[in-house]
Amino acid sequence: MISDRIRQFFVLFFVIGFFIYLFGPLIIMGLTAFNTSAFPRVTPWECFTVEWFEVLANDKRLLEGLRNSFLIGFGVVCFAVPLGLAGALMLMQVKDRVRPWYYTVVISPILVPGVVLGISTLLFWDRVGLMFGASRDSIFYNGFFLTIVGQSTFIAAYTMLVFISRLQRFDPAQEEAALDLGATHVQSFRKVLLPFLKPAIASATVLAFLASFENYNTTVFTSIGTSVLTTVLASKVRYGIDPSISALAVSIVVLTIFGAAMHEVFKRREEAEAKQAGLVAAGLQEKKKVQRQWFVDPAVIIILLVFIAGLGTAFFAGTMGVDECKVAVKEQKQAATKKRVEALQKRNQEREAAEKAAAEAKRLERSQRTGTENFNTIFSNENLKPQPGKKADTPRTGTENFSGIFDSGNLQQQAGQEDEAPTGTENFQGIFSSDNLQQQSGQEQPETEDANQ
Amino acid sequence: MSADVKLEDVWIRFGEFVAAREVNIHIQEGEFFSFLGPSGCGKTTLLRAVSGFLSPSEGKVLIGGNDMAGIGPNKRPTALIFQNLALFPLMKVWENIAFALEVKGVGKAERRKRADELLELIALPDQGDKMVNELSGGQKQRVAIARALAAEPDVLLLDEPLSALDLKLRQHMRTELRAIQQRVGITFIYITHDQGEALTMSDHVAVMSQGVIEQVSDGNTIYDSPESSFVASFVGENNHFAGTVTHVDGDFVVVDTPSGSIRARNIEREGQKQLQSGDEAMVFIRPESLQFCDNQSFDNTLNAVVERQEFEGNFWHVFLDVEGSSRTVSLSMVNDGSSVVHDVGTSAKIGCNAPLAVALPAGSLAAE
Repeated sequence: MISDRIRQFFVLFFVIGFFIYLFGPLIIMGLTAFNTSAFPRVTPWECFTVEWFEVLANDKRLLEGLRNSFLIGFGVVCFAVPLGLAGALMLMQVKDRVRPWYYTVVISPILVPGVVLGISTLLFWDRVGLMFGASRDSIFYNGFFLTIVGQSTFIAAYTMLVFISRLQRFDPAQEEAALDLGATHVQSFRKVLLPFLKPAIASATVLAFLASFENYNTTVFTSIGTSVLTTVLASKVRYGIDPSISALAVSIVVLTIFGAAMHEVFKRREEAEAKQAGLVAAGLQEKKKVQRQWFVDPAVIIILLVFIAGLGTAFFAGTMGVDECKVAVKEQKQAATKKRVEALQKRNQEREAAEKAAAEAKRLERSQRTGTENFNTIFSNENLKPQPGKKADTPRTGTENFSGIFDSGNLQQQAGQEDEAPTGTENFQGIFSSDNLQQQSGQEQPETEDANQ
Repeated sequence: MSADVKLEDVWIRFGEFVAAREVNIHIQEGEFFSFLGPSGCGKTTLLRAVSGFLSPSEGKVLIGGNDMAGIGPNKRPTALIFQNLALFPLMKVWENIAFALEVKGVGKAERRKRADELLELIALPDQGDKMVNELSGGQKQRVAIARALAAEPDVLLLDEPLSALDLKLRQHMRTELRAIQQRVGITFIYITHDQGEALTMSDHVAVMSQGVIEQVSDGNTIYDSPESSFVASFVGENNHFAGTVTHVDGDFVVVDTPSGSIRARNIEREGQKQLQSGDEAMVFIRPESLQFCDNQSFDNTLNAVVERQEFEGNFWHVFLDVEGSSRTVSLSMVNDGSSVVHDVGTSAKIGCNAPLAVALPAGSLAAE
């Protein structure tokens, strides 16, 4: 019992931990897309907004990259899917002895690092271009062409794997049956094999497109001047990002979830149909129920409704009251800033005052030590104490006789110009001699520190 | 239309392995011809050579008098029904049937009409709009036949099409197949390892073993007068006794076996009597040819002890330990209500008349 509980606990712990690990970053990123903060972050949460989607929609560079990525993805699908299919068909045809070798060769692009593929594509087509004496704006130096070709080298291997797994379940007798019934090889391929491969073609298409869409390390070399989504994103990250990237990510995630949900619905319908067909064949059920159209399927309707409701809510919540919230946040921010500035100013003032006081104190000390008798009690400590409110003006009142010699400014200056200091101080019998000063400058440090505190 | 099929000195080799050895067969126009043999005997290989998926290493395949060398399966006047039927699962029943017309470029309305006609022929009317996996095993079987017939072949080839069906259905489909063949009147070449199918449906049967045609004849002859020990042991049940021919007497020989001398028929092969005096021979006696002697007299009698009995309703199967034979000998009696039941352990004499015993040169037997 107890060990069961412990086990359950650990399983739960693991599952939760695993899902946090998987989805935590996505969730955080998703949230940042709806925060008004100009840097993608969740805390402090400012205002709920959809303005980053607007920013995204107006980001020319990003949109161009997105468009190019779509075009390249489409090109890769058109190129890599037939190529993968041909490779898979070939694998089924070659002799058993040759098969492992063939497989190794056609699968190897997956094992080669993308960077190497990118560079080699670039170099190869450059050589080919040179061979034909092609100009720099010819196809051999075209970012679209090179990227499609470069990505297809390894994506075709992915699609081939998809086709192989489907072809392994194909009954070769069906092809023979078609031939036997008078079909040509082309007809048998088109009417028998291709319909059978339809699901594999669909998944290979999706796979090829996604692999192309998210590829960076090959594309960064082959795209040359063409900007694609991944390269735009990379440069954005380098030069500072804003939450419109999160908005883009959220859009992609939502579309993916939507697509996956629809796929699931269709798959379940298909399975249900197959099951029913089995029942009909076994004679357990009289006849097939009339299938509803897919667009009246409750699951599809629910998914669509959730999708639309989510979009609507996000949109309205993101547009209504955002400005007010923003103003409030701005005011809040301004107030906070003001407060901070005031606090800073106050601190600075206090520090200044303290410094001045410290300087006075030093002067006093000095005068008391040497010749302060002549000046009555001007330099006495009592005089210093009530003065902080009146600042530096008051001490000066009793020092006119010295024509500003005791100005704190002088002292500082002299501290920096030790050699010159003695020149105007003959009258004071070496009080201000550099020897004294040095001694004092040694004492200055702790005093200023006190003032700071 | 129908056509005859001729195999002339056909050899088929796969590397070292010989799948068909010097096969010479002439299959008549419009007949139901069966290849019967254990699995791996090369019968499917021969069928593939006829349908064009395989070209013989040597020899000729002629269909309707035309040499088929270099002609692909889609150009031959044959249609093959596959062992697993190979129906197209993604097509409806009628589309399956009309496939041969579709690839010929026949219009949809015409295809549908022809498919419905064929569905009528195979007794599956109004099932055309179903998917293939909605049909039962026997229905699929008939759809496969209809699909092949839609191609209007001169020769229909069937590769063990009934092997996946249960017994009841198989028996039903036998009569059905035979009926369809007689209706359409084309040549059927049927491959099977089930002697029951071969004997019930066929005009002629070719028994094959290890790439060699052992005997080609009608079912009766195969059963009653097997030409080789393989055929005798493969087709139907048989008890066999090995021995030496002591003397030849017209159509009969006397074979000396450990169980005693047995007088049996000397079977001809290619017009020749096969056994001479002194030859190693095997005598085959079918269980239903053996009888308890009781008070009757037979050409051959054997001493035996009853080992066990099985009752099968219409038959009694008695298993006996025959003196001088290490194998259990079986004997079948029709349950006519008058048969005397012999208790286990009692000794009895069993006998059989010479015309029901078959003597053949010693040779390989079918695996039991």
